[in-house]
Amino acid sequence: MEELFAPGHRGCAGCGAAIAARLILKGAGKDIIAVSPTGCLEVISSPYPQSSWGVPWIHSLFENAAAVASGVEAALRALGREDEAKVLAIAGDGGTIDIGFGVLSGMLERGHDVTYICYDNEAYMNTGIQRSGSTPYGASTTTSPAGKISFGEDRPKKNAPAIAAAHGIPYVATASIAYPKDVIKKVKKAVEIEGPKYLQIHAPCCTGWGFDSSRTIEIGRLAVETALFPIYEMQNGKITSVKKIKRKPVEEYLKVQRRFRHLFEKEGGEEEIKKIQEIADGNAEQFGLDL
Amino acid sequence: MKLSIGAVTEPGSTRINKTGSWRTFKPIIDVEACVGCGMCSMFCPEGVVYEVEDKYTIDYDYCKGCGVCAHECPSGAIEMVIEEK
Ligand SMILES: Cc1ncc(C[n+]2csc(CCOP(=O)(O)OP(=O)(O)O)c2C)c(N)n1
Ligand code: SF4
Ligand code: SF4
Ligand SMILES: [Mg+2]
Repeated sequence: MEELFAPGHRGCAGCGAAIAARLILKGAGKDIIAVSPTGCLEVISSPYPQSSWGVPWIHSLFENAAAVASGVEAALRALGREDEAKVLAIAGDGGTIDIGFGVLSGMLERGHDVTYICYDNEAYMNTGIQRSGSTPYGASTTTSPAGKISFGEDRPKKNAPAIAAAHGIPYVATASIAYPKDVIKKVKKAVEIEGPKYLQIHAPCCTGWGFDSSRTIEIGRLAVETALFPIYEMQNGKITSVKKIKRKPVEEYLKVQRRFRHLFEKEGGEEEIKKIQEIADGNAEQFGLDL
Repeated sequence: MKLSIGAVTEPGSTRINKTGSWRTFKPIIDVEACVGCGMCSMFCPEGVVYEVEDKYTIDYDYCKGCGVCAHECPSGAIEMVIEEK
């Protein structure tokens, strides 16, 4: 298969976002126009005047990938050329779930034929690991640091797929780079469906989460196996597929990452781990994840 | 089409950055042990593990030595060795 995301990009060794980009392009194929907002993927793939992209690609602002993608799609329609290319947005969780969220809502509401993909590394990595709405409960970041009193992020991960689905769009899915065939299959399916689509792809970040670069996929798998990142599809508002798991306790996922280290070292950490287990239990129950 | 200043028109042009110089560990594939499943190629963040006649080979011009391939190889066919330059 032709490689549409070229090497020579500046991603950290072991970068999950780079793996996500490769898998997304494998699924979407070459007849696409992609838009990415500011963030790691944009920065690593476009050190001016070079580009890693083998497809037409536009860098928007941090906050407006969905608006730019909407405009591209509307322009293709106005020109009667909508059959020539599918439009994708490929954006970080900060660009999607925080600053770009209103713009994304507008895109979903107006019904643009765009596949919007959030690669979720659960914080603002490009600017030095600040928390985002997608940062999970208990994670230490530079703006939710664990300390004498704090146990890190004190709010749960925002449920962006559910909010996207609430717009009444035809397709919403979650996926993880640890299951590459599933990512490719879902992207392929999404671009073929007409209307707005939202995908959230879990993409572990060795630098921001604090694990050895060789473990990117292992950590992604553990997030799924502990039910902290449930994998499912929703079509027209109904859950249509779920990745079932033989569930592992959340400690197995937490203990291998620096961002959760304080949970094991600080008095009171056990209580916090219990709360995280409850989040996982809730996910397992809501989606029927247990085998 | 004429593109305005600011647009980069050469696809895949980051290829001029030979990121292999970043490596501190180097993955070596034992072709005898390799079963040709392709997981290393699928997971490589650089996309530089290629299939050649049902076996896999690494482009060291770009491999950053992350070790994902060795960690994920189901046959344990990839060993990480210290890079000597
Ligand atoms: C309006 C605006 N505010 C802040 C920034 C600085 N900035 C650039 S990227 C980024 C964070 C990106 O986070 P995310 O979208 O999660 O992508 P990641 O880097 O984690 O892949 C920020 C805050 C900006 N470029 N524009
Ligand atoms: S900080 Fe994380 S997301 Fe950014 S390039 Fe490094 S590994 Fe990739
Ligand atoms: S992951 Fe291992 S067994 Fe599979 S193709 Fe690569 S080297 Fe061969
Ligand atoms: Mg992020």
